[in-house]
Amino acid sequence: MGEQEYWRWTEHRHHEESINPKDGEIVAAGIDVGSVSSQAVIMVDSQLYAFSSMRTGSDSPESASKALAWALEGTDLSTEDLDCVVGTGYGRVNIPFADKAITEIACHARGGNFMYGPSVRTILDMGGQDCKIIRCDEKGKVGAFLMNDKCAAGTGRGMEVFADLLAVPIEQVGELSFEVDEEPDPVSSTCVVFAKSEATGLMRQGWPKSKVLAAYCSAMAHRVVTLIERLGIEKEFAITGGIAKNPGVVKRLEQELGVEALKPRHDTQIAGALGGALFATALVKKGKGRKKK
Amino acid sequence: MLANYGYKDGSGEYFITIDTDACLQCGARPCVDACPARLLEIIEDDYEDDVAAIREEARNKLKYACAPCKPVSDRLPLPCVEACPARAIEHSW
Amino acid sequence: MITAGIDVGAKWVKVVLLRDGEIIGRGRELTGFEQKESASKALAAALQEAELQETHIDRTVATGAGRNDAPGNPIELTEVTAAAIGAVHVDGSARTVIDVGAEEGRAVRTSEDGKVVDFAVNEKCAAGSGAFTEAMARALETPVEQIGALSLESSQAIPMNAQCAVFAESEVVSLLHAKTPKADIARAVHDAIANRIVSMARKVGINEEVVVIGGVARNVGFIDSVERELELKVKVPEDPEYVSALGAALHAANTEA
Repeated sequence: MGEQEYWRWTEHRHHEESINPKDGEIVAAGIDVGSVSSQAVIMVDSQLYAFSSMRTGSDSPESASKALAWALEGTDLSTEDLDCVVGTGYGRVNIPFADKAITEIACHARGGNFMYGPSVRTILDMGGQDCKIIRCDEKGKVGAFLMNDKCAAGTGRGMEVFADLLAVPIEQVGELSFEVDEEPDPVSSTCVVFAKSEATGLMRQGWPKSKVLAAYCSAMAHRVVTLIERLGIEKEFAITGGIAKNPGVVKRLEQELGVEALKPRHDTQIAGALGGALFATALVKKGKGRKKK
Repeated sequence: MLANYGYKDGSGEYFITIDTDACLQCGARPCVDACPARLLEIIEDDYEDDVAAIREEARNKLKYACAPCKPVSDRLPLPCVEACPARAIEHSW
Repeated sequence: MITAGIDVGAKWVKVVLLRDGEIIGRGRELTGFEQKESASKALAAALQEAELQETHIDRTVATGAGRNDAPGNPIELTEVTAAAIGAVHVDGSARTVIDVGAEEGRAVRTSEDGKVVDFAVNEKCAAGSGAFTEAMARALETPVEQIGALSLESSQAIPMNAQCAVFAESEVVSLLHAKTPKADIARAVHDAIANRIVSMARKVGINEEVVVIGGVARNVGFIDSVERELELKVKVPEDPEYVSALGAALHAANTEA
């Protein structure tokens, strides 16, 4: 991949100093192990307390443990303090210490509802290796969904391939794609492999990186729009997952849809884990949590 | 709930939509046996309802898995669609 | 009568020159980014072999994805038709033709005189074409010409879950990381693409004989996987990548002026 790993995005963790988890009644965790990234979220009485977001390793259970440990780091909590843990994501069935596994669809709807409020009705999640569109109600219950994890186009991985090809750090892709005088036509190939050849051809013709990125972001946005239209878009519209951090795709998508997405106030990659933690909280309330020691 | 299983790739869009609310009204689930490739199964969804779904291992191969029922010429009505009394199953291609 | 068939493929341009039904010259050139130039070079190579000039050609037919970049303002022919004509010509018993190229795969059911009865195309997705095996060969750090033979050394079938060339590459890397033998991975790769190609072929109906053409037909691992998937032996003509160009050249000879 070259000396610099252009696909590498920043891993991070955070916890709220203002919340004292020991004062809380229900401490719940959600763990989302995706094929590319893993997140852990800790909630105290349905308030977001701590989270971590990191690259998934080659071992799912290990990634789950690491994500959780990192989220807990610097807090006064240990795994013993957790009343319930819900696992989700691509590797959700592989989280041995989870009390229950719930699909990423249900978790993203719940998490999106928390992050964006009860007015959210359509959620687009573009993760590392998948793309999901979810219609939900004011409680975050799923009314319709579509998940595409067969094809790299329209996923974080597809974008990583391009970042690497053009030697542009992935976190700069969006901004760079706007440094064009005129918006170019989108690349004609949906397929990432063929789009790569097409991009190479364009660069040989003298296209600057920014123009190639604009063409690719445009194609990605269009592809996603056709999927959203399959479910129908109802406002409010919100975006979760890593791609929400790429304005190159987000802005073009909003333009084509004619709908603006709600502005995120949280790290958009934690939606799944957050939903998991909310499901975990509900399980405790129903008396299905772990026994307190 | 409308569950859309399948994918979009460079060659097209291939989705099977199952209306799980309609599916709940059916007891016998004849769709499971109707599919010659046995792509359908009954699962407990996240809201604790037993509904029909496309098997996980088939979801990303739908174009190919459903190909035997979709010849280029002389295509007959799809067995899964016909079998469902609630008309809960739809194919996008 | 001298005719030329030019197949401007995604990866290679292939040219066949015919005089009265006999092949008198062939040429090929990597398509690259300068399609027009490469097509001219391929034609020049074929002409050199035949010891002829371009002016000697009575009629040219072009096929392939880049056919409108073929020199000489030729008549255009779809890949499906070219494949059918070419395959039935080299093997009169061909009734199902499977043509797998660098970026596209197609299946054609033909009549005994090489006419297309039904066809299905696998396009715009690398997983259904030679691009898939090429990408996997890179992931396995093995030249693509050797990957077929490598797969035949496999001692066990392992599943390949990814249906996308990009995801499959990651899967191969994980498998290698887990110390899975390369031969077994190679076999999984060929089984995966064969499964896709055969499913597509089933849409047109499998009628014997099944003839496989296109560059990927040279891959012995692919052919082995196809035969296992079909539960039938298939026939692979000599120089399978030229069969469509041959079909185009034949069409040139058979068409009224």
